[in-house]
Amino acid sequence: MTTLTDPPRESFRLSMLINDTRYRSLTFQAIALLVLIIAFAYLTNNLLTNLAAAGLNIAYDFLGTPAGYDINQTLVEYDSQSSHARAAVVGILNTLLVAFLACITATVFGVIAGVLRLSNNWLVSKLMAFYVEIFRNIPVLIWIIIIFTIMTAVLPGPREFRGDNPTSSMFLDLFAFTNRGIYIPAPVWGPGSMVVVATFIASVIGVIAYRRYATNLLYSTGRLLPMGWPSLAIFFVPTILMFYILGRPIGLDIPELRGFNFQGGIKVGGPLIALWFALSIYTGAFIAENVRAGIQAVSKGQTEAASALGLRPGRVMNLVVLPQALRVIIPPLISQYLNITKNSSLAIAVGYADITATLGGITLNQTGRAIECVLLLMLFYLTISLSISAIMNVYNNSVKLKER
Amino acid sequence: MSDTHAQTVAFVRDTEIPSAPPPYAATGPVKWMRENLFATPANAVLTLLALYAIYLILAPTLPWILNGVWSANSLAECREILQGATGACFAVLTERWPQLLFGFKYPSDLYWRPTLAFVLLFVAVAPVLFFDLPRKLLIFTGLFPFIAYYLIWGGTIFVPILALVGCIGGFAVYQRFVTGSFAAGFFGGIAAALAIWYIGGLLIPAGASNNAMLTPVPSRDLGGFMLNMMLGVTCVSLSIPIGIALALGRQSSMPLIKVVCVVFIEFIRGVPLITLLFVASVMLSYFFPPESSVDLFLRVVIMITMFSAAYIAEVIRGGLAALPKGQYEAADSLGLDYPQAMRLIILPQALKISIPGIVNVAVGLFKDTTLVSVISMFDLVGMIRGPILASTEWNGVYWELLGFAALLFFVVCYGISQYSQWLERRLATDHR
Amino acid sequence: MKKSVILGALTVAGLSAGAAAAGTLDDVKARGKLNCGVTTGLVGFAAPDANGEWKGFDVAVCRAIAAAVLNDPTAVEFVPTTGKTRFTALASGEIDVLARNTTWTFSRDVDLKFTFVGVNYYDGQGFMVPKALGVSSAKDLDGATVCIQTGTTTELNLADFFRANNINYEPVPIETNAEAQQQYLAGACDVYTTDASGLAATRATFEAPGDHVLLPEIISKEPLGPLVRHGDDEWGDVVRWTLNALITAEELGVTSANVNEMAANTGNPEVARLLGTEGTLGEMLGLDAEWSKRAIAAGGNYGEVFAKNIGEETPIGLARGLNAQWTDGGLIYSPPFR
Repeated sequence: MTTLTDPPRESFRLSMLINDTRYRSLTFQAIALLVLIIAFAYLTNNLLTNLAAAGLNIAYDFLGTPAGYDINQTLVEYDSQSSHARAAVVGILNTLLVAFLACITATVFGVIAGVLRLSNNWLVSKLMAFYVEIFRNIPVLIWIIIIFTIMTAVLPGPREFRGDNPTSSMFLDLFAFTNRGIYIPAPVWGPGSMVVVATFIASVIGVIAYRRYATNLLYSTGRLLPMGWPSLAIFFVPTILMFYILGRPIGLDIPELRGFNFQGGIKVGGPLIALWFALSIYTGAFIAENVRAGIQAVSKGQTEAASALGLRPGRVMNLVVLPQALRVIIPPLISQYLNITKNSSLAIAVGYADITATLGGITLNQTGRAIECVLLLMLFYLTISLSISAIMNVYNNSVKLKER
Repeated sequence: MSDTHAQTVAFVRDTEIPSAPPPYAATGPVKWMRENLFATPANAVLTLLALYAIYLILAPTLPWILNGVWSANSLAECREILQGATGACFAVLTERWPQLLFGFKYPSDLYWRPTLAFVLLFVAVAPVLFFDLPRKLLIFTGLFPFIAYYLIWGGTIFVPILALVGCIGGFAVYQRFVTGSFAAGFFGGIAAALAIWYIGGLLIPAGASNNAMLTPVPSRDLGGFMLNMMLGVTCVSLSIPIGIALALGRQSSMPLIKVVCVVFIEFIRGVPLITLLFVASVMLSYFFPPESSVDLFLRVVIMITMFSAAYIAEVIRGGLAALPKGQYEAADSLGLDYPQAMRLIILPQALKISIPGIVNVAVGLFKDTTLVSVISMFDLVGMIRGPILASTEWNGVYWELLGFAALLFFVVCYGISQYSQWLERRLATDHR
Repeated sequence: MKKSVILGALTVAGLSAGAAAAGTLDDVKARGKLNCGVTTGLVGFAAPDANGEWKGFDVAVCRAIAAAVLNDPTAVEFVPTTGKTRFTALASGEIDVLARNTTWTFSRDVDLKFTFVGVNYYDGQGFMVPKALGVSSAKDLDGATVCIQTGTTTELNLADFFRANNINYEPVPIETNAEAQQQYLAGACDVYTTDASGLAATRATFEAPGDHVLLPEIISKEPLGPLVRHGDDEWGDVVRWTLNALITAEELGVTSANVNEMAANTGNPEVARLLGTEGTLGEMLGLDAEWSKRAIAAGGNYGEVFAKNIGEETPIGLARGLNAQWTDGGLIYSPPFR
């Protein structure tokens, strides 16, 4: 940027600090550093004065004291006598859980909508455009509240399953959809169940091995083995056989209405579902746009060349377009995952016990330690974001077009 | 031989027959439907599925909307009118629209002021958005912030005038010195503006706002959709210059400045807006001097501005990176120094590329202003979740209110994104 | 008024809310407005009505203070606070007094450095259930889903109660009263718990209040009262004695209707001292002699305020109960004015 002519050697003068390009950047940096230090000193000084005036101090020992409150969804053991730090861990795990689930479903929604939006079918593509526009242009907070309200207002309460003539009944007698959440049967592992599980894992490996073998055979000899039904057979038959041979060792714990609530089975809580669904359908709209842009970025010549080779449209998509589009799709996709994680902090609007609701909510309320809690909260999100960015950088480097 | 010909051809038509209409199935709506809806069996199935989905959506909502009750004083009255039929209770909107738009404390006889400011906003942004309009209109754009401030907050007219004078003074000093050195002009301009503000601040009489022409309205009384609009417009416009500075800083060759900018950008982008709003509501007041208190609106503006500045900086960095290296080298070879090269060559091009990205950030930010409802500010969502749903009359009217909020946001955001697409097409000067 | 350059710029922006000197009292007088922290909306205690006017029991306390200090009951800036923001708002000087139903607890008083100037409502955490559920005691709630309005000490009391009785529950913490109500009415929870007064206020807004009952158990002590910052005792005294003036006025039969008449011709020396016709109590507080008269005239004495906002005549319909005057067997008791 700067032209480096060889200036005549001369003694250092003060004006060179401004005029000489060799020293000017040093001068600017020194000034910037000074301003930065003064600003920090000013803010810290204000903080200390204000805290001293209020008689407060910054301390983190409240994290070790019993939290005293209960949390409705805990992935690790927790009760009201556990510490605030433990409550924060519960919150962290809940955040990660909902973010993980939402990332998966958002990708599914997004890919389907993105591909369908490019469909030749006018109605379908318009419908998908409508979906994308309506979800992209309305704040996610409103969507979360709307979907939570739908959950609580439309689904029946457990009360309606009760009595001789209940107004609602369980789906297939296995699943209960209530406005408190969805109850699904939980497996009960009897003796010998591990054998069934092992068989299942083995058959999954078998399917993969078979498909790889078939592909290799196709590439080396050109013989095309059937893919579909043998895969299905390998996947299901051995496990089902083993299941009946061992006398059905795996039972089902079916949820049933006892007392106020359904008991037994696995409960997926209403707030989790609302948040999960809202985040995935909202972010799905954004992902759909990324997918569409990615597919459109693959030049038309590629599609035409593939068709000229005689590939069917499905194969054109799978073998030619998508692999190339992925390179364009993945980076914005990962930043959408990041957005999901950050937007999951809106759990506070539906009462889902994520980190913002435990550490940044009840703990902050009860201890009044606002500064400490907010700092810890930001630290957590920062860690997550930076790790995801790091993964993204690694990926970007690995898919970079290798020019030969 | 010649007569064989005459005999084999018994009839030669010497006039053109009128062209027959194409077969019924290859024309008009039928053809369109065959091509666009039922091209293949799979396609037909998709069409039927889509039709079913549309039916599922419309079947309950249409009667609900068409049957809506538009005038009633409470939900109970609404239900009485409906007599058990499906129907919305839009009466809550006709009854409470001022609260939804302006918050519950903005004096009702002053509603014309924010409304006027809103209308003027369009006049002010028009020359920025559409390049074909006469450049003279930009003067009004420059004046708009002061006019809008005066209209919305009221109080003494000296404050906006003083601010304006300070800006003009600063700009004059900048113009005077910028030919010598950019840094001198820039810092001189800032210093001049600050000096004018400081001296002027002492001159304004203390009780000036008590008998002002426009009644002063404290910023705590702002609310409703107006608050979302104000936060969105203020923060985006403030964050663009900061974003440019951050983007340039991140590209800078000076390691210290680069590190500061990178840390700032990555930190802000790494945390959710809601935690920054927590900072504004529970932490930031500890960082101001002990004897002052800065009100919540200003604190929120500071945090949201920082937030959007970080995102805009990344967009502009993309624009800077997209410029061919030749542009930088050409500027250098002309002998331009860094500020000149940036101002005259690089930034005009980089900003042009970045405009669609900036507009996207602006839309996202505007949607995110709803989060202020979490820290007890009564924006549109805050009004709905707080005072209106908690009131005895309207307790339980969720769909109408949420639908109204969604509609308002959709209209604004969809409008902006359509503009951005139009702009993208306009700016596409390359040959594709 | 010391102003740095930055603050000068902020003043130009017109948004800086003025400077706070050492004493809150002088500060309030200089500002001409009282900044009073209230809830974001709990009908009967503090909620804006259809015209945007704040109304309610806590609001009346603020108005009385404003009347006493500034001679204008409307010179109050109501700052809505959530459970999260209220303490910072008070500690950082954004508000002068917090009149949001805040429970007086040891740690808030000692650790968070606030001064609770008194109690204006003795409350306790209760439960509300639909009648159809047929529950008559909170001990029958084993396995129930409980909606909690977060913010006060509610979560902690609830955890303690269920733990002590060795029964299970599932908490659903909800940020605002409106949303908690929606959840409860939709049947997403069986029970709604918060302060009993809040429950009554919430039930009053239901379409069919009769379908819901409050359970007899009150599981906690919740003395609610206004609070100020530690260390500013002059201001604390003003707030404390304004509240006491309202309480004493009820005890002595001084109402907003007869306060002027009583001040002019009373034979009771206690009334004379209270209303400033005898002695110099007002000056001791840093106010004038008429301060308590104005405070009482603003919204009436304690009993009037109670009756007007949350009493049995109102939709909220709370009985005086513990909040009756000590002479009627309640806990409301003011130290003497002398």
